[in-house]
Amino acid sequence: MIDVEHVTKRYGDRLAVDDLSFQVKPGIVTGFLGPNGAGKSTTMRVILGLDAPTSGRATVNGKSYRDLTAPLHEIGALLEARAIHTGRSAYNHLLGMAQTHGINRSRVSEVIDLVGLTEVAHQRAGSFSLGMGQRLGIAAALLGDPSTVILDEPGNGLDPEGILWIRNLLKRLAMEGKTVFLSSHLMSEMAQTAEHLVVVGRGRLIADTTVAEIVEQASREAMVVVHASQAEELARALSGDGVTVEAGLDGGLEVRGLSAPDIGAIALREQIVLHELTPQRASLEQAFMSLTGSSVEYRTGAASRDAGDELAVAA
Amino acid sequence: MSALAPTVVPRRAGVTVPGVTFPRVVLSEWTKLWSLRSTRWVLLVSFIAMAAPGPIISAVQMGRWAHLTLHDRVTFDSIDAGVGGWHLAQLGIGVLGVLIISGEYSTGMIRSSLMAVPRRLPVLAAKVLVYAGVTLVLMLIATLISYFVTQAIVTEHHIQHGISAPGALRVVIGNILFLTVLGTMCVGLGAWVRNSAGGIAAFVGLIFVLSGLIDILPANIGNAVMPYLPLNAGTGVATHHFDNSHHLSPWGGFALFCGYALIILLGAAITLMRRDA
Repeated sequence: MIDVEHVTKRYGDRLAVDDLSFQVKPGIVTGFLGPNGAGKSTTMRVILGLDAPTSGRATVNGKSYRDLTAPLHEIGALLEARAIHTGRSAYNHLLGMAQTHGINRSRVSEVIDLVGLTEVAHQRAGSFSLGMGQRLGIAAALLGDPSTVILDEPGNGLDPEGILWIRNLLKRLAMEGKTVFLSSHLMSEMAQTAEHLVVVGRGRLIADTTVAEIVEQASREAMVVVHASQAEELARALSGDGVTVEAGLDGGLEVRGLSAPDIGAIALREQIVLHELTPQRASLEQAFMSLTGSSVEYRTGAASRDAGDELAVAA
Repeated sequence: MSALAPTVVPRRAGVTVPGVTFPRVVLSEWTKLWSLRSTRWVLLVSFIAMAAPGPIISAVQMGRWAHLTLHDRVTFDSIDAGVGGWHLAQLGIGVLGVLIISGEYSTGMIRSSLMAVPRRLPVLAAKVLVYAGVTLVLMLIATLISYFVTQAIVTEHHIQHGISAPGALRVVIGNILFLTVLGTMCVGLGAWVRNSAGGIAAFVGLIFVLSGLIDILPANIGNAVMPYLPLNAGTGVATHHFDNSHHLSPWGGFALFCGYALIILLGAAITLMRRDA
Protein backbone atom coordinates (compact mmCIF):
# COMPACT_ATOMS: atom_id res chain seq x y z
CA MET A 1 0.00 0.00 0.00
CA ILE A 2 1.39 3.36 -1.06
CA ASP A 3 -0.25 6.54 0.15
CA VAL A 4 0.48 9.86 -1.49
CA GLU A 5 -1.08 12.70 0.48
CA HIS A 6 -1.13 16.23 -0.90
CA VAL A 7 2.41 15.98 -2.20
CA THR A 8 3.82 19.12 -3.76
CA LYS A 9 7.36 19.25 -5.11
CA ARG A 10 8.96 22.43 -6.33
CA TYR A 11 12.40 22.62 -7.95
CA GLY A 12 13.29 26.28 -7.77
CA ASP A 13 10.61 27.99 -9.84
CA ARG A 14 9.37 24.82 -11.47
CA LEU A 15 6.38 23.10 -9.92
CA ALA A 16 6.90 19.42 -10.70
CA VAL A 17 4.12 17.95 -8.56
CA ASP A 18 1.11 19.98 -7.49
CA ASP A 19 -0.93 18.83 -4.47
CA LEU A 20 -1.10 15.24 -5.67
CA SER A 21 -3.04 12.65 -3.66
CA PHE A 22 -3.79 9.03 -4.51
CA GLN A 23 -3.47 5.50 -3.16
CA VAL A 24 -1.85 2.45 -4.67
CA LYS A 25 -3.97 -0.43 -3.42
CA PRO A 26 -2.40 -3.70 -2.38
CA GLY A 27 -2.45 -6.77 -4.56
CA ILE A 28 -3.23 -5.15 -7.89
CA VAL A 29 -1.31 -3.48 -10.71
CA THR A 30 -1.80 0.28 -10.70
CA GLY A 31 -0.74 2.26 -13.72
CA PHE A 32 0.68 5.74 -13.32
CA LEU A 33 -0.07 7.48 -16.55
CA GLY A 34 0.75 10.87 -17.91
CA PRO A 35 2.60 12.67 -20.67
CA ASN A 36 6.34 13.19 -20.37
CA GLY A 37 7.14 15.79 -17.76
CA ALA A 38 3.88 15.27 -15.88
CA GLY A 39 5.69 14.59 -12.61
CA LYS A 40 5.55 10.79 -12.56
CA SER A 41 9.24 10.21 -11.87
CA THR A 42 9.32 12.98 -9.28
CA THR A 43 6.36 11.44 -7.45
CA MET A 44 8.08 8.06 -7.43
CA ARG A 45 11.29 9.60 -6.13
CA VAL A 46 9.30 11.23 -3.33
CA ILE A 47 7.70 7.87 -2.47
CA LEU A 48 11.18 6.30 -2.36
CA GLY A 49 12.58 8.96 -0.04
CA LEU A 50 15.08 10.18 -2.62
CA ASP A 51 13.48 13.60 -2.95
CA ALA A 52 11.88 15.38 -0.02
CA PRO A 53 8.44 16.80 -0.90
CA THR A 54 8.07 20.57 -0.56
CA SER A 55 4.85 19.79 1.30
CA GLY A 56 2.65 16.78 1.90
CA ARG A 57 3.87 13.26 2.48
CA ALA A 58 4.11 9.83 0.96
CA THR A 59 4.05 6.59 2.92
CA VAL A 60 4.76 2.98 2.15
CA ASN A 61 2.76 0.51 4.27
CA GLY A 62 1.96 3.39 6.60
CA LYS A 63 5.52 4.59 7.07
CA SER A 64 7.71 7.20 5.47
CA TYR A 65 10.28 5.43 3.27
CA ARG A 66 13.08 6.86 5.42
CA ASP A 67 11.59 5.13 8.47
CA LEU A 68 11.54 1.67 6.92
CA THR A 69 13.97 -0.62 8.70
CA ALA A 70 14.11 -3.15 5.86
CA PRO A 71 13.07 -1.18 2.76
CA LEU A 72 14.25 -3.77 0.22
CA HIS A 73 11.83 -6.32 1.74
CA GLU A 74 8.90 -3.93 1.59
CA ILE A 75 9.29 -2.15 -1.71
CA GLY A 76 11.53 -2.70 -4.71
CA ALA A 77 12.09 0.00 -7.30
CA LEU A 78 13.33 0.41 -10.82
CA LEU A 79 14.03 4.06 -11.50
CA GLU A 80 14.01 5.63 -14.91
CA ALA A 81 17.49 7.03 -14.41
CA ARG A 82 20.26 4.49 -14.03
CA ALA A 83 21.24 3.71 -10.47
CA ILE A 84 24.20 1.42 -11.03
CA HIS A 85 27.96 2.09 -10.85
CA THR A 86 29.21 1.38 -14.36
CA GLY A 87 32.50 -0.06 -13.10
CA ARG A 88 30.94 -2.77 -10.98
CA SER A 89 29.71 -6.18 -12.17
CA ALA A 90 26.03 -7.04 -12.00
CA TYR A 91 26.76 -9.64 -9.33
CA ASN A 92 28.76 -7.28 -7.11
CA HIS A 93 26.20 -4.50 -7.55
CA LEU A 94 23.46 -6.77 -6.27
CA LEU A 95 25.70 -8.29 -3.60
CA GLY A 96 26.51 -4.81 -2.26
CA MET A 97 22.81 -4.01 -2.02
CA ALA A 98 21.94 -7.43 -0.56
CA GLN A 99 24.52 -7.14 2.20
CA THR A 100 22.86 -4.02 3.63
CA HIS A 101 19.91 -6.27 4.51
CA GLY A 102 21.76 -9.47 5.33
CA ILE A 103 20.38 -11.11 2.18
CA ASN A 104 22.63 -14.02 1.25
CA ARG A 105 24.54 -14.76 -1.95
CA SER A 106 22.23 -17.52 -3.12
CA ARG A 107 19.39 -15.00 -3.36
CA VAL A 108 21.66 -12.73 -5.42
CA SER A 109 22.32 -15.57 -7.88
CA GLU A 110 18.62 -16.38 -7.86
CA VAL A 111 17.49 -12.91 -9.00
CA ILE A 112 20.28 -12.80 -11.59
CA ASP A 113 18.89 -16.05 -12.93
CA LEU A 114 15.36 -14.73 -12.75
CA VAL A 115 16.15 -11.81 -15.08
CA GLY A 116 18.35 -13.91 -17.34
CA LEU A 117 21.69 -12.21 -16.69
CA THR A 118 23.58 -15.28 -15.44
CA GLU A 119 26.01 -15.36 -18.35
CA VAL A 120 27.03 -11.73 -17.99
CA ALA A 121 26.78 -11.49 -14.20
CA HIS A 122 30.49 -10.87 -13.79
CA GLN A 123 30.88 -8.31 -16.56
CA ARG A 124 31.04 -4.58 -15.86
CA ALA A 125 27.56 -3.09 -15.83
CA GLY A 126 28.92 -0.25 -17.98
CA SER A 127 29.18 -2.67 -20.89
CA PHE A 128 25.47 -3.58 -20.67
CA SER A 129 22.92 -2.68 -23.31
CA LEU A 130 19.85 -0.69 -22.31
CA GLY A 131 17.80 -3.87 -22.04
CA MET A 132 20.38 -5.63 -19.88
CA GLY A 133 20.57 -2.54 -17.67
CA GLN A 134 16.78 -2.64 -17.21
CA ARG A 135 16.98 -6.34 -16.30
CA LEU A 136 19.66 -5.60 -13.73
CA GLY A 137 17.52 -2.80 -12.32
CA ILE A 138 14.60 -5.20 -12.03
CA ALA A 139 16.81 -7.81 -10.37
CA ALA A 140 17.71 -5.15 -7.79
CA ALA A 141 14.03 -4.34 -7.28
CA LEU A 142 13.17 -8.00 -6.66
CA LEU A 143 16.23 -8.70 -4.49
CA GLY A 144 14.45 -8.50 -1.14
CA ASP A 145 11.33 -10.22 -2.53
CA PRO A 146 9.22 -7.16 -1.65
CA SER A 147 5.44 -7.21 -1.64
CA THR A 148 5.37 -3.89 -3.49
CA VAL A 149 7.22 -3.10 -6.70
CA ILE A 150 7.59 0.35 -8.29
CA LEU A 151 8.70 0.53 -11.90
CA ASP A 152 9.33 3.83 -13.66
CA GLU A 153 8.85 3.48 -17.41
CA PRO A 154 10.21 -0.09 -17.45
CA GLY A 155 9.70 -0.47 -21.19
CA ASN A 156 11.51 2.73 -22.13
CA GLY A 157 14.02 2.20 -24.91
CA LEU A 158 13.51 -1.56 -25.01
CA ASP A 159 13.22 -3.61 -28.18
CA PRO A 160 10.02 -5.63 -28.77
CA GLU A 161 11.53 -8.70 -27.12
CA GLY A 162 12.41 -6.66 -24.04
CA ILE A 163 8.93 -5.15 -23.89
CA LEU A 164 7.37 -8.60 -24.12
CA TRP A 165 9.65 -9.73 -21.32
CA ILE A 166 8.56 -6.81 -19.11
CA ARG A 167 4.92 -7.55 -19.87
CA ASN A 168 5.33 -11.19 -18.83
CA LEU A 169 7.16 -10.12 -15.72
CA LEU A 170 4.33 -7.77 -14.75
CA LYS A 171 1.78 -10.54 -15.27
CA ARG A 172 3.89 -12.79 -13.06
CA LEU A 173 4.15 -10.20 -10.33
CA ALA A 174 0.39 -9.59 -10.49
CA MET A 175 -0.24 -13.32 -10.32
CA GLU A 176 1.90 -13.57 -7.22
CA GLY A 177 -0.37 -11.00 -5.64
CA LYS A 178 2.23 -8.26 -5.46
CA THR A 179 1.31 -4.60 -5.37
CA VAL A 180 2.69 -3.10 -8.55
CA PHE A 181 2.93 0.60 -9.31
CA LEU A 182 4.00 1.19 -12.84
CA SER A 183 4.50 4.42 -14.73
CA SER A 184 4.18 4.85 -18.45
CA HIS A 185 3.24 7.44 -21.01
CA LEU A 186 1.70 4.74 -23.20
CA MET A 187 -1.95 3.93 -22.56
CA SER A 188 -1.81 0.78 -24.67
CA GLU A 189 0.92 -0.67 -22.43
CA MET A 190 -1.18 0.10 -19.38
CA ALA A 191 -4.37 -1.42 -20.72
CA GLN A 192 -2.60 -4.75 -21.05
CA THR A 193 -1.38 -4.95 -17.49
CA ALA A 194 -2.94 -2.44 -15.13
CA GLU A 195 -6.24 -2.75 -13.33
CA HIS A 196 -6.32 0.68 -11.76
CA LEU A 197 -5.09 3.91 -13.27
CA VAL A 198 -3.78 7.13 -11.78
CA VAL A 199 -3.55 9.73 -14.52
CA VAL A 200 -1.54 12.92 -14.04
CA GLY A 201 -0.77 15.93 -16.15
CA ARG A 202 1.39 18.87 -15.23
CA GLY A 203 1.89 17.49 -11.75
CA ARG A 204 -1.84 17.32 -11.02
CA LEU A 205 -4.24 14.44 -10.64
CA ILE A 206 -6.46 14.15 -13.73
CA ALA A 207 -8.12 10.83 -13.04
CA ASP A 208 -8.03 8.09 -10.44
CA THR A 209 -10.03 5.37 -12.08
CA THR A 210 -10.11 1.81 -13.34
CA VAL A 211 -9.04 0.64 -16.77
CA ALA A 212 -12.60 -0.70 -17.22
CA GLU A 213 -14.00 2.83 -16.80
CA ILE A 214 -11.61 4.25 -19.34
CA VAL A 215 -12.57 1.52 -21.76
CA GLU A 216 -16.22 2.34 -21.14
CA GLN A 217 -15.57 6.02 -21.73
CA ALA A 218 -13.80 5.10 -24.94
CA SER A 219 -16.79 3.11 -26.10
CA ARG A 220 -19.13 6.00 -25.24
CA GLU A 221 -17.21 8.00 -27.76
CA ALA A 222 -17.62 5.23 -30.33
CA MET A 223 -19.55 6.00 -33.51
CA VAL A 224 -20.90 4.14 -36.49
CA VAL A 225 -20.27 5.28 -40.05
CA VAL A 226 -23.26 4.61 -42.29
CA HIS A 227 -23.66 4.91 -46.03
CA ALA A 228 -27.19 4.44 -47.33
CA SER A 229 -29.25 4.90 -50.46
CA GLN A 230 -31.45 7.55 -48.83
CA ALA A 231 -29.16 9.20 -46.33
CA GLU A 232 -31.51 12.03 -45.35
CA GLU A 233 -34.44 9.73 -44.67
CA LEU A 234 -32.26 7.45 -42.64
CA ALA A 235 -30.89 10.37 -40.64
CA ARG A 236 -34.43 11.40 -39.76
CA ALA A 237 -35.35 7.86 -38.78
CA LEU A 238 -32.28 7.47 -36.56
CA SER A 239 -32.56 10.74 -34.68
CA GLY A 240 -33.89 10.54 -31.18
CA ASP A 241 -32.89 10.98 -27.54
CA GLY A 242 -29.15 10.66 -26.99
CA VAL A 243 -28.47 10.10 -30.63
CA THR A 244 -26.46 12.47 -32.79
CA VAL A 245 -26.23 12.13 -36.53
CA GLU A 246 -23.74 14.17 -38.48
CA ALA A 247 -22.92 14.29 -42.14
CA GLY A 248 -19.58 12.66 -42.67
CA LEU A 249 -17.21 12.70 -45.56
CA ASP A 250 -18.38 11.56 -49.04
CA GLY A 251 -22.09 11.62 -48.16
CA GLY A 252 -21.89 9.20 -45.25
CA LEU A 253 -23.45 9.62 -41.79
CA GLU A 254 -21.60 9.54 -38.47
CA VAL A 255 -23.97 8.19 -35.83
CA ARG A 256 -23.29 8.34 -32.11
CA GLY A 257 -25.55 6.80 -29.48
CA LEU A 258 -26.77 3.81 -31.48
CA SER A 259 -25.11 0.49 -32.08
CA ALA A 260 -24.59 -0.96 -35.53
CA PRO A 261 -27.30 -3.66 -35.02
CA ASP A 262 -29.76 -0.95 -33.90
CA ILE A 263 -29.04 1.08 -37.02
CA GLY A 264 -29.39 -2.00 -39.19
CA ALA A 265 -32.78 -2.80 -37.62
CA ILE A 266 -34.05 0.75 -38.13
CA ALA A 267 -32.88 0.73 -41.75
CA LEU A 268 -34.73 -2.54 -42.36
CA ARG A 269 -37.92 -1.13 -40.82
CA GLU A 270 -37.67 1.97 -43.02
CA GLN A 271 -36.72 -0.20 -46.01
CA ILE A 272 -33.55 1.74 -46.68
CA VAL A 273 -30.67 -0.06 -48.36
CA LEU A 274 -27.41 0.20 -46.44
CA HIS A 275 -24.17 0.36 -48.39
CA GLU A 276 -21.87 0.50 -45.43
CA LEU A 277 -22.25 0.01 -41.68
CA THR A 278 -18.93 0.40 -39.88
CA PRO A 279 -18.59 0.64 -36.09
CA GLN A 280 -15.59 2.78 -35.14
CA ARG A 281 -14.26 2.47 -31.60
CA ALA A 282 -12.27 5.25 -30.05
CA SER A 283 -8.97 3.65 -29.07
CA LEU A 284 -7.73 3.66 -25.50
CA GLU A 285 -4.99 5.92 -26.74
CA GLN A 286 -7.66 8.41 -27.88
CA ALA A 287 -9.49 8.11 -24.57
CA PHE A 288 -6.21 8.85 -22.82
CA MET A 289 -5.52 11.80 -25.09
CA SER A 290 -8.95 13.27 -24.38
CA LEU A 291 -8.22 12.84 -20.65
CA THR A 292 -4.79 14.44 -20.71
CA GLY A 293 -5.28 16.73 -23.70
CA SER A 294 -6.42 19.65 -21.60
CA SER A 295 -3.38 19.40 -19.32
CA VAL A 296 -1.03 19.32 -22.30
CA GLU A 297 -2.71 22.41 -23.74
CA TYR A 298 -2.49 24.09 -20.38
CA ARG A 299 1.23 23.38 -20.30
CA THR A 300 1.79 25.00 -23.69
CA GLY A 301 -0.29 28.01 -22.66
CA ALA A 302 1.49 28.31 -19.34
CA ALA A 303 4.89 28.21 -21.02
CA SER A 304 4.12 31.25 -23.14
CA ARG A 305 2.61 32.99 -20.14
CA ASP A 306 5.78 32.30 -18.14
CA ALA A 307 7.81 33.83 -20.95
CA GLY A 308 5.57 36.88 -20.71
CA ASP A 309 6.20 37.08 -16.98
CA GLU A 310 9.93 37.02 -17.58
CA LEU A 311 9.65 39.90 -20.00
CA ALA A 312 7.61 41.81 -17.46
CA VAL A 313 10.28 41.20 -14.82
CA ALA A 314 13.01 42.25 -17.22
CA ALA A 315 11.12 45.44 -18.00
CA MET B 1 18.29 -13.80 -22.95
CA SER B 2 16.00 -16.46 -21.64
CA ALA B 3 12.42 -15.70 -20.77
CA LEU B 4 11.48 -15.30 -17.17
CA ALA B 5 11.99 -18.53 -15.26
CA PRO B 6 8.66 -20.03 -14.23
CA THR B 7 9.65 -20.73 -10.63
CA VAL B 8 7.82 -18.88 -7.90
CA VAL B 9 10.16 -17.11 -5.52
CA PRO B 10 9.65 -18.03 -1.87
CA ARG B 11 8.97 -15.00 0.26
CA ARG B 12 12.03 -13.42 1.85
CA ALA B 13 14.25 -16.17 0.57
CA GLY B 14 17.62 -16.44 2.23
CA VAL B 15 17.05 -13.93 4.98
CA THR B 16 17.80 -14.52 8.63
CA VAL B 17 16.81 -11.39 10.53
CA PRO B 18 15.67 -8.93 7.89
CA GLY B 19 16.68 -5.32 7.96
CA VAL B 20 19.45 -2.79 7.75
CA THR B 21 22.05 -2.81 10.51
CA PHE B 22 25.25 -0.78 10.66
CA PRO B 23 27.58 -3.82 10.44
CA ARG B 24 25.67 -4.90 7.33
CA VAL B 25 26.13 -1.48 5.75
CA VAL B 26 29.85 -1.65 6.56
CA LEU B 27 30.09 -5.07 4.89
CA SER B 28 28.26 -3.67 1.87
CA GLU B 29 30.66 -0.73 1.62
CA TRP B 30 33.59 -3.15 1.93
CA THR B 31 32.23 -5.11 -1.04
CA LYS B 32 31.61 -1.91 -2.99
CA LEU B 33 35.15 -0.64 -2.33
CA TRP B 34 36.92 -3.76 -3.55
CA SER B 35 34.61 -4.57 -6.45
CA LEU B 36 35.81 -1.65 -8.57
CA ARG B 37 38.94 -2.21 -10.61
CA SER B 38 39.88 1.48 -10.45
CA THR B 39 39.79 1.39 -6.64
CA ARG B 40 42.12 -1.59 -6.46
CA TRP B 41 44.55 0.10 -8.83
CA VAL B 42 44.63 3.38 -6.96
CA LEU B 43 45.15 1.55 -3.66
CA LEU B 44 48.03 -0.44 -5.15
CA VAL B 45 49.61 2.70 -6.63
CA SER B 46 49.20 4.54 -3.32
CA PHE B 47 50.83 1.66 -1.48
CA ILE B 48 53.83 1.70 -3.80
CA ALA B 49 53.90 5.50 -3.70
CA MET B 50 54.22 5.32 0.09
CA ALA B 51 56.66 2.41 0.27
CA ALA B 52 59.08 3.08 -2.57
CA PRO B 53 60.26 6.73 -2.74
CA GLY B 54 62.04 6.74 0.66
CA PRO B 55 64.28 3.75 -0.08
CA ILE B 56 64.88 4.82 -3.70
CA ILE B 57 65.90 8.39 -2.86
CA SER B 58 68.05 7.18 0.03
CA ALA B 59 69.79 4.64 -2.20
CA VAL B 60 70.54 7.35 -4.77
CA GLN B 61 71.86 9.70 -2.10
CA MET B 62 74.04 7.00 -0.55
CA GLY B 63 75.42 6.14 -3.97
CA ARG B 64 76.62 9.68 -4.52
CA TRP B 65 77.47 10.41 -0.86
CA ALA B 66 81.05 11.36 -1.75
CA HIS B 67 79.77 14.08 -4.10
CA LEU B 68 77.32 15.63 -1.63
CA THR B 69 78.17 18.94 0.01
CA LEU B 70 78.73 18.95 3.74
CA HIS B 71 75.44 20.82 4.13
CA ASP B 72 73.55 18.15 2.22
CA ARG B 73 75.14 15.42 4.32
CA VAL B 74 74.28 17.15 7.58
CA THR B 75 70.68 17.91 6.62
CA PHE B 76 69.92 14.45 5.23
CA ASP B 77 67.48 13.16 7.81
CA SER B 78 66.93 9.42 7.53
CA ILE B 79 63.70 9.66 9.56
CA ASP B 80 62.13 12.14 7.13
CA ALA B 81 63.53 10.19 4.19
CA GLY B 82 62.07 7.01 5.67
CA VAL B 83 58.50 8.35 5.47
CA GLY B 84 59.09 10.60 2.44
CA GLY B 85 56.61 8.62 0.34
CA TRP B 86 53.67 10.51 1.83
CA HIS B 87 54.33 13.38 -0.59
CA LEU B 88 53.28 11.04 -3.40
CA ALA B 89 50.84 8.79 -1.54
CA GLN B 90 48.66 11.68 -0.36
CA LEU B 91 47.60 12.31 -3.94
CA GLY B 92 46.26 8.79 -4.49
CA ILE B 93 44.67 8.54 -1.05
CA GLY B 94 42.98 11.92 -1.43
CA VAL B 95 41.69 11.40 -4.97
CA LEU B 96 40.32 7.94 -4.16
CA GLY B 97 38.67 9.31 -1.03
CA VAL B 98 36.76 11.80 -3.17
CA LEU B 99 35.91 9.23 -5.85
CA ILE B 100 34.44 6.53 -3.63
CA ILE B 101 31.46 8.79 -3.01
CA SER B 102 31.45 11.23 -5.94
CA GLY B 103 31.58 8.23 -8.30
CA GLU B 104 28.22 7.16 -6.85
CA TYR B 105 26.73 10.51 -7.72
CA SER B 106 28.13 10.59 -11.26
CA THR B 107 26.85 7.09 -12.07
CA GLY B 108 23.55 7.30 -10.18
CA MET B 109 24.62 4.49 -7.84
CA ILE B 110 23.90 6.79 -4.90
CA ARG B 111 20.16 6.26 -5.53
CA SER B 112 20.56 2.50 -5.09
CA SER B 113 22.65 3.08 -1.97
CA LEU B 114 20.10 5.42 -0.42
CA MET B 115 17.11 3.26 -1.36
CA ALA B 116 18.77 0.35 0.46
CA VAL B 117 19.75 2.53 3.44
CA PRO B 118 17.17 5.33 3.56
CA ARG B 119 18.50 6.79 6.80
CA ARG B 120 21.47 7.84 4.66
CA LEU B 121 23.94 8.72 7.42
CA PRO B 122 25.03 5.08 7.90
CA VAL B 123 26.13 5.05 4.24
CA LEU B 124 28.54 7.95 4.81
CA ALA B 125 29.70 6.60 8.16
CA ALA B 126 30.34 3.13 6.73
CA LYS B 127 32.22 4.57 3.75
CA VAL B 128 34.42 6.63 6.06
CA LEU B 129 35.01 3.68 8.36
CA VAL B 130 35.88 1.23 5.58
CA TYR B 131 38.10 3.67 3.73
CA ALA B 132 39.87 4.82 6.89
CA GLY B 133 40.43 1.21 7.92
CA VAL B 134 41.82 0.19 4.53
CA THR B 135 44.02 3.30 4.35
CA LEU B 136 45.29 2.77 7.88
CA VAL B 137 46.31 -0.84 7.28
CA LEU B 138 47.85 -0.24 3.86
CA MET B 139 49.74 2.88 4.93
CA LEU B 140 50.89 1.17 8.12
CA ILE B 141 52.49 -1.65 6.16
CA ALA B 142 53.86 0.65 3.43
CA THR B 143 55.29 3.12 5.96
CA LEU B 144 57.00 0.39 7.98
CA ILE B 145 58.51 -1.11 4.81
CA SER B 146 59.67 2.32 3.67
CA TYR B 147 61.09 3.24 7.07
CA PHE B 148 63.05 0.09 7.79
CA VAL B 149 64.35 -0.42 4.25
CA THR B 150 65.51 3.20 4.25
CA GLN B 151 67.34 2.74 7.57
CA ALA B 152 68.99 -0.42 6.24
CA ILE B 153 70.16 1.45 3.13
CA VAL B 154 71.66 4.43 5.01
CA THR B 155 73.48 2.20 7.51
CA GLU B 156 76.55 2.20 5.25
CA HIS B 157 77.13 5.85 6.21
CA HIS B 158 76.05 5.39 9.82
CA ILE B 159 73.20 7.91 9.68
CA GLN B 160 70.39 5.42 10.37
CA HIS B 161 67.79 5.99 13.11
CA GLY B 162 66.20 3.04 14.85
CA ILE B 163 62.48 3.26 15.61
CA SER B 164 63.39 4.07 19.22
CA ALA B 165 65.40 7.15 18.22
CA PRO B 166 63.89 10.43 19.50
CA GLY B 167 60.97 11.41 17.27
CA ALA B 168 61.19 8.37 15.01
CA LEU B 169 58.15 6.49 16.29
CA ARG B 170 56.13 9.72 16.42
CA VAL B 171 56.95 10.44 12.75
CA VAL B 172 56.10 6.90 11.62
CA ILE B 173 52.79 6.81 13.49
CA GLY B 174 52.06 10.43 12.59
CA ASN B 175 52.59 9.68 8.91
CA ILE B 176 50.13 6.79 8.98
CA LEU B 177 47.53 8.83 10.86
CA PHE B 178 47.97 11.87 8.61
CA LEU B 179 47.28 9.84 5.47
CA THR B 180 44.30 8.11 7.09
CA VAL B 181 42.69 11.35 8.23
CA LEU B 182 43.44 12.91 4.84
CA GLY B 183 41.54 10.05 3.15
CA THR B 184 38.63 10.54 5.53
CA MET B 185 38.60 14.27 4.89
CA CYS B 186 38.45 13.62 1.15
CA VAL B 187 35.48 11.23 1.50
CA GLY B 188 33.81 14.18 3.19
CA LEU B 189 34.78 16.53 0.35
CA GLY B 190 33.37 14.10 -2.23
CA ALA B 191 30.12 13.77 -0.30
CA TRP B 192 29.84 17.50 0.18
CA VAL B 193 30.60 18.54 -3.41
CA ARG B 194 28.87 15.44 -4.92
CA ASN B 195 30.89 15.71 -8.10
CA SER B 196 34.21 14.07 -9.01
CA ALA B 197 35.89 16.98 -10.76
CA GLY B 198 34.67 19.44 -8.16
CA GLY B 199 35.65 17.20 -5.26
CA ILE B 200 39.16 16.63 -6.58
CA ALA B 201 39.53 20.35 -7.26
CA ALA B 202 38.48 21.07 -3.68
CA PHE B 203 41.02 18.56 -2.37
CA VAL B 204 43.89 19.90 -4.50
CA GLY B 205 42.93 23.49 -3.73
CA LEU B 206 42.71 22.93 0.00
CA ILE B 207 45.86 20.85 0.33
CA PHE B 208 48.24 22.13 -2.33
CA VAL B 209 47.09 25.46 -3.78
CA LEU B 210 46.40 27.39 -0.57
CA SER B 211 50.06 27.47 0.50
CA GLY B 212 51.06 28.90 -2.88
CA LEU B 213 48.56 31.70 -2.41
CA ILE B 214 49.81 32.42 1.09
CA ASP B 215 53.36 32.66 -0.31
CA ILE B 216 52.51 35.82 -2.21
CA LEU B 217 51.18 37.55 0.90
CA PRO B 218 53.57 39.82 2.87
CA ALA B 219 55.99 37.63 4.86
CA ASN B 220 54.71 38.56 8.33
CA ILE B 221 51.11 37.70 7.42
CA GLY B 222 52.17 34.60 5.50
CA ASN B 223 54.25 33.29 8.40
CA ALA B 224 51.37 33.84 10.78
CA VAL B 225 48.84 32.02 8.59
CA MET B 226 51.05 29.27 7.15
CA PRO B 227 51.07 26.89 10.15
CA TYR B 228 47.28 26.75 10.17
CA LEU B 229 46.89 25.56 6.59
CA PRO B 230 45.52 22.00 6.49
CA LEU B 231 48.61 20.42 4.94
CA ASN B 232 51.07 22.20 7.24
CA ALA B 233 49.00 21.48 10.32
CA GLY B 234 48.52 17.84 9.38
CA THR B 235 52.04 16.93 8.29
CA GLY B 236 53.88 18.36 11.29
CA VAL B 237 53.34 15.11 13.10
CA ALA B 238 54.88 13.24 10.16
CA THR B 239 57.94 15.52 10.02
CA HIS B 240 61.18 15.15 11.99
CA HIS B 241 63.25 18.08 10.83
CA PHE B 242 61.51 21.41 10.21
CA ASP B 243 62.98 23.86 7.66
CA ASN B 244 61.65 26.90 9.44
CA SER B 245 60.32 27.76 12.84
CA HIS B 246 56.77 28.63 11.75
CA HIS B 247 54.88 25.51 12.70
CA LEU B 248 52.51 24.23 15.34
CA SER B 249 53.49 21.50 17.76
CA PRO B 250 53.30 18.13 15.94
CA TRP B 251 50.28 16.78 17.80
CA GLY B 252 48.66 20.20 18.17
CA GLY B 253 48.82 20.63 14.41
CA PHE B 254 47.45 17.15 13.87
CA ALA B 255 44.54 17.88 16.21
CA LEU B 256 43.76 20.98 14.13
CA PHE B 257 43.93 18.86 10.96
CA CYS B 258 41.46 16.40 12.51
CA GLY B 259 39.26 19.39 13.33
CA TYR B 260 39.25 20.43 9.67
CA ALA B 261 38.35 16.89 8.66
CA LEU B 262 35.52 16.86 11.19
CA ILE B 263 34.09 20.14 9.90
CA ILE B 264 34.16 18.82 6.34
CA LEU B 265 32.48 15.57 7.39
CA LEU B 266 29.83 17.55 9.21
CA GLY B 267 29.16 19.58 6.06
CA ALA B 268 28.99 16.34 4.09
CA ALA B 269 26.53 14.80 6.57
CA ILE B 270 24.23 17.83 6.48
CA THR B 271 24.34 17.88 2.68
CA LEU B 272 23.57 14.16 2.51
CA MET B 273 20.58 14.48 4.82
CA ARG B 274 19.13 17.62 3.29
CA ARG B 275 19.65 17.41 -0.45
CA ASP B 276 17.60 15.35 -2.90
CA ALA B 277 19.53 12.43 -4.32
